[in-house]
Amino acid sequence: MANRNASYVRTQMLAPQSPPTSQIGAIRWMRENLFDGWISTVLTVLSILAIGALVSGLWPWLSNSIWNARNLTHCREILAGEPGACWAVINDRWLQLFFGFYPSDLYWRPVLAFVLLFVAIAPVLFPSVPRKVLAFSLAYPFLGVWLLWGGSVWGVTVAAAGFGVGYLALRLTRSAGTLVSTLAAIIAPVLWWLFLAVPVSGFLSGFAPLAIRSVPSREFGGFLISIVIGVSGIVLSLPLGVLLALGRRSSMPLIKSISVVFIEFVRGVPLITLLFTASLLLNYFLPPGTNFDLILRVIIMVTLFAAAYMAEVIRGGLAALPRGQFEAADALGLDYWKAQRLIIMPQALKISIPGIVNTFIGLFKDTTLVVFIGILDPIGLASAIRANSDWQGIYWELFLFIGAVFFIFCFGMSRYSMHLERRLKTDHR
Amino acid sequence: MDTRTIDRSHMQVTDEVAIQISAMNKWYGQFHVLRDINMTVYRGERIVVCGPSGSGKSTLIRCINRLEEHQSGQIIVDGTELSSDLKNIDKVRSEVGMVFQHFNLFPHLTILENCTLAPIWVRKVPKKEAEETAMHFLHKVKIPEQAHKYPGQLSGGQQQRVAIARSLCMRPRIMLFDEPTSALDPEMIKEVLDTMIQLAEEGMTMICVTHEMGFAQAVANRVIFMDQGQIVEQNEPREFFNNPQSDRTKLFLSQILGH
Repeated sequence: MANRNASYVRTQMLAPQSPPTSQIGAIRWMRENLFDGWISTVLTVLSILAIGALVSGLWPWLSNSIWNARNLTHCREILAGEPGACWAVINDRWLQLFFGFYPSDLYWRPVLAFVLLFVAIAPVLFPSVPRKVLAFSLAYPFLGVWLLWGGSVWGVTVAAAGFGVGYLALRLTRSAGTLVSTLAAIIAPVLWWLFLAVPVSGFLSGFAPLAIRSVPSREFGGFLISIVIGVSGIVLSLPLGVLLALGRRSSMPLIKSISVVFIEFVRGVPLITLLFTASLLLNYFLPPGTNFDLILRVIIMVTLFAAAYMAEVIRGGLAALPRGQFEAADALGLDYWKAQRLIIMPQALKISIPGIVNTFIGLFKDTTLVVFIGILDPIGLASAIRANSDWQGIYWELFLFIGAVFFIFCFGMSRYSMHLERRLKTDHR
Repeated sequence: MDTRTIDRSHMQVTDEVAIQISAMNKWYGQFHVLRDINMTVYRGERIVVCGPSGSGKSTLIRCINRLEEHQSGQIIVDGTELSSDLKNIDKVRSEVGMVFQHFNLFPHLTILENCTLAPIWVRKVPKKEAEETAMHFLHKVKIPEQAHKYPGQLSGGQQQRVAIARSLCMRPRIMLFDEPTSALDPEMIKEVLDTMIQLAEEGMTMICVTHEMGFAQAVANRVIFMDQGQIVEQNEPREFFNNPQSDRTKLFLSQILGH
């Protein structure tokens, strides 16, 4: 065998050589991507023509942009018949688009809340941020609510204390078994919020009246309201979605059927009907005289809506995990919640990142639907601005601006999710 | 199997009962997968379970740490009876180590984290101590240098050795192996078997579902042959291989040893 004529066998090894010049650099890229056969060449030429037509159509409009004008008529006078964008409307009304009718001397409060929001989410988004900042993240919801709505500091403090009450109830009843302590941890804070919160905060306010000017919900508007509803919905819908996804896979028939009915019902109706329910119908069911904040009602509905979608996205992630992961966790003696927290969820959520972020982005954009229940979000404000005789007849500039702001937020989320996927990639495929 | 001589000084079967299975039955829906299993495992035994596929051997050992539920009869592990009582199940599971065919390492955790997770969260061992224990066992399975890598970066044989180390970190009194070498390339089987032999030499009580008959001849003190959900034959390895009693065993052995 070894002595058979084998001239194709190398007796000397070759050093690596560089590839032919037609196979590297820009020429190769263009040949492969733009001119790979006659179909692709035709498509490339057509695309270039289409892009050219679009740019030559838009360019005069953009290059003649007017930034300073008193009103639309003034804009048109300056342009004198030429096509041109009248961005003066944004220059004139951008504060209103961001803050709605929030008192202008208090703009610092939403701005501060917005800046602190990034401090609060930093430890959640980036592992390099010190873990101690997480304590601030936990306190942020209450601080944010206080900054935005104002009022007595004791109101939010007492509301936050409800969670402390729940924790205390859990600790005190631990010896009585899991079921009892879980129930106690739910019932005690509810009782606290229903019966004790108001007198306690009233008493503390009488004792030390620490308050800032309160701003009622009806003065909120613009991107402020989109961000308040969007961020609250995002933060609340993820844990609720996780619980619903686990509930739907539970072996306990009651929990399973509650989850399935909830998910299927909420997914089966349009968000706008839920919002109308929140703004109109709910009043019929609440005791007369109950003052239940409209923004809060909308946040609850948006959260429930997004949570149902979230549950299905996460269920997909759970279904994609091999059974062996559950078995290995079981075999090591981890109980259900520990296995979920340490083994199952980190992997299932990682698989679901694109779907989760998809739901987040959808939720954020869906906040514009609140315009139909009379909340002045950016779209609602755009209508209000156009109703003013100064800016009547202006469309493109307003909606392009609103679209651009939404795009920045949504694109940011999308980029972060791609970064997260790369960071969590441990499979080295 | 190999030329290595096996140190039998610590391989002692005591008369302390480790696992007692009596009149155990299991069904998958209508399918009667385990039929009237009776079996006693003494501390220090090394048992190899073999049989054709679908004979219920994997199901049998998965019943021992209740990855599968049995419907009648009794399984007592280390004095704890397996029932629907979750406390008993968790107790048994933390005493019984299990190694799977497909390793089932946690891909999002490093090798070290895989090994320390259960000791820290189930046994409440301090992190530092758990890491020391983990490194000790990673040394034992001869891959301490991989501790900070992720499972996806290791070969199959290395992953399976990590899986063994991960089980050992819980200081189990019994180890179950569910076809630990079936998913491995031939050249990696030996490194895993060597680890298992080492474990046997230290006197670990082991039940292995495997087709590695060389391993059975080298370390097992008992071979159990299963077919159609029943224990058809059991004997010490030399007798089992040289002098099988039932026709079914003879057929099986001729098929797996015949080539």
